[in-house]
Amino acid sequence: MAFLKLENVSVGYHKNEFVVKDLALDVERGEFVSLLGPSGCGKTTTLRAIAGFLRVQRGRIVINGKVYNNIPPNKRNIGFVFQNYALFPHLNVFENVAFGLKIRRFPKDVIKKKVSEVLEFVGLKGFEERLPSQLSGGQQQRVAIARAIVVKPDLLLMDEPLSNLDAKLRIEMRAELRRMQKELGITTVYVTHDQAEALSLSDRVAVMNQGKIEQFDTPENLFLNPKTLFVAKFVGFQDFVEGEVVDVEVELITVRVGNTTLRARSMNRSSPGMKVILVARPKNFEILKNRSTNSLKGEIVSRIFQGDNILYVVKVPNVGYLKVEIPVENAKWQEREAVFLRVDPENCLAFPKED
Amino acid sequence: MSGRIFVYIMLAIAIIFLIGPFIIIFAASFSESEVLSFPPKGFTLHWFKKVITMPMFIKSFETSLWLAVLASLLALLFGIPVAYVLARFDFPGKRFVEILTTLPVIIPQMVAGLALLRIFIIMGIFSIKTTLLIGHTAIVLPFAVRIISSSVLNLPYSIEEAAISLGASRFRVFVNVVLPNTTVGIISAFILTFITSFNNVPISLFLTGPGISTLPIVMMTYMEYYYDPSIAALATLLILITLGVVLTMQKLLGVSKMI
Repeated sequence: MAFLKLENVSVGYHKNEFVVKDLALDVERGEFVSLLGPSGCGKTTTLRAIAGFLRVQRGRIVINGKVYNNIPPNKRNIGFVFQNYALFPHLNVFENVAFGLKIRRFPKDVIKKKVSEVLEFVGLKGFEERLPSQLSGGQQQRVAIARAIVVKPDLLLMDEPLSNLDAKLRIEMRAELRRMQKELGITTVYVTHDQAEALSLSDRVAVMNQGKIEQFDTPENLFLNPKTLFVAKFVGFQDFVEGEVVDVEVELITVRVGNTTLRARSMNRSSPGMKVILVARPKNFEILKNRSTNSLKGEIVSRIFQGDNILYVVKVPNVGYLKVEIPVENAKWQEREAVFLRVDPENCLAFPKED
Repeated sequence: MSGRIFVYIMLAIAIIFLIGPFIIIFAASFSESEVLSFPPKGFTLHWFKKVITMPMFIKSFETSLWLAVLASLLALLFGIPVAYVLARFDFPGKRFVEILTTLPVIIPQMVAGLALLRIFIIMGIFSIKTTLLIGHTAIVLPFAVRIISSSVLNLPYSIEEAAISLGASRFRVFVNVVLPNTTVGIISAFILTFITSFNNVPISLFLTGPGISTLPIVMMTYMEYYYDPSIAALATLLILITLGVVLTMQKLLGVSKMI
């Protein structure tokens, strides 16, 4: 049985007005799960409900077989790491980390030993006497993590812990977080709006939209096989054209787009006559001189150097502007050239158009 | 260039009107003349000696002092929880409580003094001292609530939540996290409430009675009968004491942190 279970949980700030509605989520023991979504999708609300900062209005939160709905937040033994670190400004690093241990009435020498162990673990040995205001953002977040894990919580919750750090440090801290979580084997729920962060850190990711989970899957599955248009866009697909299904095979469907047809992978059950939206990643297009199977005719409008690759913006009549990324070594195409864009049917996904 | 001259002129005017009167009082308090006058004639410490030995001033100074200290402490005792609740929680009637705490500032203190006089002294519920204390506490409470509230708002709520998630009870969070991080606000509130109470005239005017009077009231009464420099000497002493307290606090807490 799952270690953390959310059973049809609804949470809101006003009566009968739910930010999170009928949410179900199972997290296994020791698993690292991310809640990924745009701001306002309810991911932080869900996390705060698990922590007990918000009341669950319907449904149940079950941890290790025990219902947590009515347990006050200070009795839950759940670690929480905040976006703004939330260190106690009047206490030094040692005292910050020791806070939870003091409340649990550990003897002084045990506290000392545990704090120095955890500070070594997060790489802050020797910083005991510093005040939070004397630390960098990355160091402060390490203290916050040390403070949360030193009490051996049953569950660790993190609310965008890296988003206040600069880009380089954020990527370093990702690897650190992953290492710490695996070494401790602590069940973790992580909230972020950064898909790269969620995909690189997590065992599984729940993509959330408007208070609901759109897809709960492994990072690779999300990346390759998004189940909804929302998820597809969130993991880097661009929607480029609408069309009508003309033929359905086992795996692939044929879609009429204007006066040509494209073959694509249908992510849902589809039947001829259905309106669909096609999506593909900019890097999955090929630019060709001549017409080929599964291609669209267009004209290059602009060519933008991005380092590893060149971003082409291609105008396709009756479709619009498409973004195409070509490795810089193959990017021989120039602006105003007439070209064909080909996409492999495997990499072109079709989603039903919603009205 | 002319803009600069304008700024200097404004500055000079501000200094003359703000500090000028104090300089006149200060200088006059050393004058040998029997009447309050400026410029002073000669130099003497006679008036200082006189005011610090006059029983009427000593007694009322003591009254003012304990009144200001107790009123400020009571204002903190009630003000800290009220400020915390107002800063942290939403509840029905919150606006009402907020307005309630500003009423003593809005209502003319004369009216408040009269009301207290009618209720407490004429009806004989409390002694004069107690009534004075109630009146002064009511007058200074809003200042305490305002200052401490903004101090609490400066402390991110997530810091309290962090303590809760580590197992601290609400009470413990308040004592171990909120109070240590609002000390500056609380001390600032104490200084402001102390000075407000110590200088208060309108409320004290109604509530002082035979045998019990505050220093500002005694000074006013004294001036009605005598016009010698002892009032100037007393004023100089009070200004120096107040200045000393404020400067020490600023030194201790850091100027930038003072509200």
